[in-house]
Amino acid sequence: MSYVKGLFCRECGREYPAEAINACDFCFGPLEVIYDYDSIKKIISRDRIASGPNSIWRYHDLLPADIENAVDINAGMTPLIRSHNFAKSLGLENLYFKNDSVNPSFSFKDRVVAVASTKALEFGFDTLACASTGNLAGSVAAHAARAGMRSFVFIPADLEPGKILGSAVYGPNIMAVDGSYDDVNRLCSEIADNYPWAFVNINMRPYYAEGSKTLGFEVAEQLGWKAPDNCIVPVASGALLTKIWKGLNELASLGLIDPVKTKMFAAQAEGCSPVVTAFDANSFNVRPVKPNTIAKSLAIGNPADGYYALRTIEESIGGAWAVREDEVADGIKELAEKEGIFTEPAGGVVIGALKHLVETGQIKPSETTVAYITGNGYKTQEVVQDIVRPNLIKPTMSSFESSMKL
Amino acid sequence: MSTVVRIPTPLRRVTNGDDKASVDGENLSEIINDLESQYPGIKERLCDENEELRHFVNIYINGEDVRFLNGLQTNVSEGDEISIVPAVAGGT
Repeated sequence: MSYVKGLFCRECGREYPAEAINACDFCFGPLEVIYDYDSIKKIISRDRIASGPNSIWRYHDLLPADIENAVDINAGMTPLIRSHNFAKSLGLENLYFKNDSVNPSFSFKDRVVAVASTKALEFGFDTLACASTGNLAGSVAAHAARAGMRSFVFIPADLEPGKILGSAVYGPNIMAVDGSYDDVNRLCSEIADNYPWAFVNINMRPYYAEGSKTLGFEVAEQLGWKAPDNCIVPVASGALLTKIWKGLNELASLGLIDPVKTKMFAAQAEGCSPVVTAFDANSFNVRPVKPNTIAKSLAIGNPADGYYALRTIEESIGGAWAVREDEVADGIKELAEKEGIFTEPAGGVVIGALKHLVETGQIKPSETTVAYITGNGYKTQEVVQDIVRPNLIKPTMSSFESSMKL
Repeated sequence: MSTVVRIPTPLRRVTNGDDKASVDGENLSEIINDLESQYPGIKERLCDENEELRHFVNIYINGEDVRFLNGLQTNVSEGDEISIVPAVAGGT
């Protein structure tokens, strides 16, 4: 069973029943799930979680969907890898990479879609839909396939071919929109108003976004029930950063970990950095931008949770950094060469931010630092195509040996 | 001069269920004032006490976010497509 009591508006506090709605009728503020924490506190424990499934569903007490009906392709419980080579090059003693690029559809989106698709079935929807920068489309299509639902995924038409294929294979209806992600998102908001579909990041959004808390839960559990000192998180809409923070603090408020002193750092690419721009200006007013970045999965110019991401950064005494566009592919290559993890541009952005934060002393050598790698490099091969320089030889020893002399 | 504004679900309680409204005005501010005269109470849903668009309200004219135009002072011409859309959508 789930412990959802209803929804409330984060802006004005008005309460709503737990339905397929995402915005407050009065002030348009985002709706957030209300849990019965008193009941959760009575049953939850480290052992209860650890003896659960090896997926996000081990945390089902703190998710807004019922584990009995879970649409489950085994999202979550991805590796937390202790860095050796990268840590050494940066002079860090406790650096970890949360490798979420190895989820079933190869991005962290499986966490949120697992919850949203389960909820969509609970509400009786037969169609799952989304506005996507690519990874979400793949995850929605995969979960819809698993659930036996029809799916519609809306993407910007200029998306990386690997992301389009990575969705198409699951058999969704792909709507390639001639416009930016923000155009796609606006269109979907209007479609969601007129079609009885479960749009995971529109009318399912209060439930969907809760799935990202599991990236906080898991890291704490994998560190031995301890929150890290620093989290570096790629920021598009800002919801992921906000929810990791919420997840850590939920564990603390339930007594499962000590009070959280984690600093939350936002990473964006310069070509789309509205949250970093606001942070640098000491403002909570995120001005929308027109994205022009190699990091297409982060190309949201009008981030819905930008305001809350900024509040989280302030509350956690964290920071924000925009990585130069030409550093993004370098970050991808460096992570692959040093740690054996092949990520997409969002991960390259995280690496660029990590290096900056260490160089500027915002992250200290002895602190425990977790860098979130949220998507897989095989979907965006074109951004590192220049590294492909195989040594072409004949199947003879002499040909091999002469190539070794070069 | 008359323009059509598309009304999203959260506001349809104020508009008695209407999903479109026909309004007059030379700019967005006047359009909102005309909406208010037709549907009393709608303006405070859209604008804060400083007469600025609320955080979580997006208004688009022909698909362009008015924050990229002149905000509430953006001129409106006959036949323009105006949409009010809740901002809380998308991404994660």
